[in-house]
Amino acid sequence: MNNPYFDLLMWARGPGFDIALIIFAAGMVIRVVEILVLGRKSDKAPAKGSPVGQGIRTVFSRSIPRKGLINYAPVTYLGGYIFHLGFFIALFFFGPHLSLFDSIFGFSHWWPEALSFQWPSFGRVIIESATALAILALIALMYSRLTDPVRRAISTFDDYLVWLLCVLPLASGYVAVNKLFGDPTLMLALHILSVELLMIAFPFTKLTHAVTFVLSRYYNGAIQGRKGAES
Amino acid sequence: MTATLERGLNALREQIDAPVASFFSSCVSCGLCAEACIFYRETEDPKYTPIRKLDLLRRIWKSEYTLFGRIANMFGLMPKVTEADLTAWEELVYDSCTMCGRCTLVCPVGNDLTMMIRKMREGMSAAGHAPTELVGAAGRHADFGSPMGELHPALHAQIKHAEKETGIPIEMDKAGADYMVLLSAQEIAEYPDVLAAMSRIFKKAGITWTISNDGFEATNVGIQLGNRDVARTLVTRVVEAAEKLGVKGVISPECGHAYQALRWEGPNLIGRPYKFEVVHIIELLDHLRAEGKLKTKGKDTTKVTFHDPCQINRRGGINREPRNLMHMVASNFVETDDAGTMNWCCSGGGGVGANERATDLRFKAFNRKKAQFEKVAPDKIVTMCAYCHHTLEEQLEEHNMDIEVQGLTELIGEYLDDE
Repeated sequence: MNNPYFDLLMWARGPGFDIALIIFAAGMVIRVVEILVLGRKSDKAPAKGSPVGQGIRTVFSRSIPRKGLINYAPVTYLGGYIFHLGFFIALFFFGPHLSLFDSIFGFSHWWPEALSFQWPSFGRVIIESATALAILALIALMYSRLTDPVRRAISTFDDYLVWLLCVLPLASGYVAVNKLFGDPTLMLALHILSVELLMIAFPFTKLTHAVTFVLSRYYNGAIQGRKGAES
Repeated sequence: MTATLERGLNALREQIDAPVASFFSSCVSCGLCAEACIFYRETEDPKYTPIRKLDLLRRIWKSEYTLFGRIANMFGLMPKVTEADLTAWEELVYDSCTMCGRCTLVCPVGNDLTMMIRKMREGMSAAGHAPTELVGAAGRHADFGSPMGELHPALHAQIKHAEKETGIPIEMDKAGADYMVLLSAQEIAEYPDVLAAMSRIFKKAGITWTISNDGFEATNVGIQLGNRDVARTLVTRVVEAAEKLGVKGVISPECGHAYQALRWEGPNLIGRPYKFEVVHIIELLDHLRAEGKLKTKGKDTTKVTFHDPCQINRRGGINREPRNLMHMVASNFVETDDAGTMNWCCSGGGGVGANERATDLRFKAFNRKKAQFEKVAPDKIVTMCAYCHHTLEEQLEEHNMDIEVQGLTELIGEYLDDE
């Protein structure tokens, strides 16, 4: 109780997290609703293929790159895969994170027994390797963003901010778990605060894609699928 | 703000719907669309990155169709789209995009960039920022029936020629025929042999068909220009002609954007489904093949390759059909790299071929196809779009390559077993 950072940690875990969660959730609801309310006109051309089926399929199939393209942008593809996978493993398979999700969503309390579940957590080696690889991938992606003419030309403040907001939770989490430096309580508090920054930025930046990609891929597949064309 | 700028911005606003909003919301600026773009790949100029070509549409969406953007806009934090922006973007939207659709297929978040270029052209043309050649073609098309002007005399001459060659009469304006055949202006002017080929193929297959004096030309410059009113007028001409004759179907010719215009955009332009079906000529020929009503004799033994028109394959879904037919009539059929769905554009589609200002860029973009053809070294290139055909011939000549180009229907006609 004598740790001067204890109050900060408590605030980050309590009110801080609640504020971030509300902004994240409400913001994302607004972002999705403001897309859907625009609607789209019903298509009067008789369909040749299956728009709905192909739309749903494309949500998944677009995760795989087109043949040959990987050679032209290896850093973007490989860095992108490694970062996303690493981030997801660290976020969803680290024991303490699972306890947190349980406390938010109450899998073990509110849900009927039959629906109550918790996926297994991974061991430290996997979590830490995933985190380290995700950070390295982000560094490679930033290098490409700064040096590749295309990526440099289309980058905005948003791209650099989001990059930083993704690095911070990974790096601070790695430092906090391994007690690499600094006060462990402070490091944990900073880790949680960095995640909260990420959550708050979510609806206002390109981080939105983590939710809206389902819509955009669906529409792409549905538009092509209607014509019986590949997507 | 001038009246034309306001009209252009309004036309852009009308284009914003849920798919567009989801696309812009999802973009992560990864730049992979550039890798798919023929204009970026052949020039390596980052200004040709497809998502960048859409920046004006994105800005309007963000500042007017998102809550957070609107708040930022109230504080004057969102830059307005100006006349100067439209001038700067004209080249990007019209000269350096054939709406080939490769970017749409590689975007990791699934953005249909090509569809958005099509939409952006609506705003550009409404604001008076479209290439003069397309505007001129639209005028000729509306006033005289084709982008090349009055074509009735040429059509009648070609029909007479085909009748003489085949000995099969072609009855115009025949009510109750199975199909009403459409042609592209390019075919009437440059590749009329397709008429004789169809005449013989359909006779053998037992299909009745006709050509209408009221609507025989299938191209639609409204789609390339980005003007729904023009596009609707041109589609309506065909629809009225077909419904007057009471045909079962309309055959979309070997022309890429005509197929998009008639088959996919048309019913939406006129606001209702047609009372007839639209079938692409190659779709129909493959159907006849499957039914055993199209039989060929002998094969072309030279080395032959196939060029996929973007609007018919990638954006039209007709991929297997031409290959089934090619194998019927060519014994040495060799595909180029990326053939099929990811084929590279001929560099002349989407109105770019008609746009004088884009000539140098277009010749540069063709280097991609040139390299592919050099690798296969074919004696002949077969395609199923008269405009691709025209562009390939022009480009091959420019690049000193001596390769014959032929339409697929015409090739099938050559080997038709009609005894």
